[in-house]
Amino acid sequence: MTAAAEGSPPLRMTRARRNALLRSEPVQGFALISPTFLYALILLVLPILVVIAHSFWTQHYLTIDRTFTLENYRVALTEPIYRDLLWRSLYISLTVSLFTVILAYPIAYYISFHGGRHKSLWLFLITIPFWTSYLLRVMSWKVILGYNGVLNSGLMGLGIIDEPSTALLYNSSAVIITLTHAWAAFAILPIFVSLEKVDRTLVEAATDLGDGPLRSFLRVTLPLSAPGVISAALIVMIPTVGDYVTPKLVGGKDGVMIANAIQAQFGKAANWPLGAALSVTTMLIVTLMAGATVLIIRALQRLAR
Amino acid sequence: MRARRFLSGGWLSVYAFLYIVFLYLPVIFLPIFSVNVAPTPKFPLTGFTLQWYADLPHTPALLDAAWNSLKVGVCASVLATVLGILAARSITRYRYPGRRTINGLIMAPLVLPEVIVAISMLLVMLQLGLSLSLFTVVLGHVLICIPYSMTVLTSGFEGFDRSLEEASADLGESAFGTFRRVTLPMVAPAIISSLLVCFTISLDEFIIAFFLTGTEATLPIYIWGQLRFASKLPGVLALGTLLLVASFLLMTIAEILRRRAARRTQNEGGLYA
Repeated sequence: MTAAAEGSPPLRMTRARRNALLRSEPVQGFALISPTFLYALILLVLPILVVIAHSFWTQHYLTIDRTFTLENYRVALTEPIYRDLLWRSLYISLTVSLFTVILAYPIAYYISFHGGRHKSLWLFLITIPFWTSYLLRVMSWKVILGYNGVLNSGLMGLGIIDEPSTALLYNSSAVIITLTHAWAAFAILPIFVSLEKVDRTLVEAATDLGDGPLRSFLRVTLPLSAPGVISAALIVMIPTVGDYVTPKLVGGKDGVMIANAIQAQFGKAANWPLGAALSVTTMLIVTLMAGATVLIIRALQRLAR
Repeated sequence: MRARRFLSGGWLSVYAFLYIVFLYLPVIFLPIFSVNVAPTPKFPLTGFTLQWYADLPHTPALLDAAWNSLKVGVCASVLATVLGILAARSITRYRYPGRRTINGLIMAPLVLPEVIVAISMLLVMLQLGLSLSLFTVVLGHVLICIPYSMTVLTSGFEGFDRSLEEASADLGESAFGTFRRVTLPMVAPAIISSLLVCFTISLDEFIIAFFLTGTEATLPIYIWGQLRFASKLPGVLALGTLLLVASFLLMTIAEILRRRAARRTQNEGGLYA
């Protein structure tokens, strides 16, 4: 290659230059990633674009009318049934991510600051339950919260209640409990990673300068770990809005969420455009919530300073 | 003074213990009730039996589902790992414009509601006239496995010492020889770890399979079908326990290998670093 470039005729030079271009970092890097990139484009981006297109169309029995209309969005946002489902999904996912983050922070803090050399063992211990089938974990909560379930029989055995309570299962609280459990690890890991990045000398400096442990925690550790809290909140919030299995299994009539309605539109109801509009609305809500969360936490961070 | 004690280990270790109990609580009940004589899962337990396990091999639908899951899992994990290797190598080795955007796009299935991913794929496949089968399930599983494969592989590839490859080339080894004798042994544990992680995900994945499968059920879809019948619950619990043990073993091996790979390339990344 170098030999060819040194004392060779112009034709060779261009080939050498072309070889150099082909060997350049950007070209090689891009070529290497392109199969994976194409896969994601064809099976993720393209399908989502198709869904967006459908949301502006109308379905007449088996044919799709491709005239542009906003009617599906009007139905999705104003019909009480869909509006309520959207609000409930929003409420459930916000509550779940709040609970999950609050519960996860102390454990992530404990592992990062007091974990010593067992840090990775702790993290592994936390991730194990999440490698078991999601379906089975949800079903297990059904076993715990059900009428004849573990909690009811346990409470009766202890003489706290006389007859099984039906209030535990088939409502939105059951959905919240199950989802809070299901997403715990996904909140702990990002918070842990950001706590690991907190410069310990800054915490010491704050203490040396007379801050108490609580004060140095609030003024140094917590603000510095805010990026982890943001990503934890988002990682939990975004998928839970569209959760399908948990509402179906433990939600009952009052715990159904938007994903169940979307599925119905693509299944039994066979109204793809409405299903598409509901999907796009869900994605928009998710995006807005994500943006709002980032802004709120940034504002809090600025206040803390 | 009280604040100091509050933030010190004592109180937090109690909390950590309780938290672990909360995490394992639902998982523990599967094996417990799977060996209980009474078919309804409640306390007190009525006696020990292995009958529910003994029944499993005599259920043809279950065996079909297990075979389907195995086929899907092997195909999906191999494909996702191959695509993951290309992407992870590109991300960790080269610098080029648009790298972060492409990476973000490939990782996107991790943070998109799975129902929406599944339904949009379903819509395109129906429009293209593709009939739903195990093949479409594999396509979906590959998409959602790639981000996990990427996290495992980037942690294995990061900090990879390029001078080793250069040294090998300088000493006269061919490009392929360098790859086989230097690169591959270094990253092999990460690759096997990625295969195991992807297989576990595919084995347990429900939503994508639920929407994209035709008539052939995978194990989670079989379980979903059984959940409607209360009398089938003990069988499901027994099957669930076996899946749990399988997932646990696969993940433990995967984690050990991932750590070995990370140590070989002198990278001190955490579980998801």
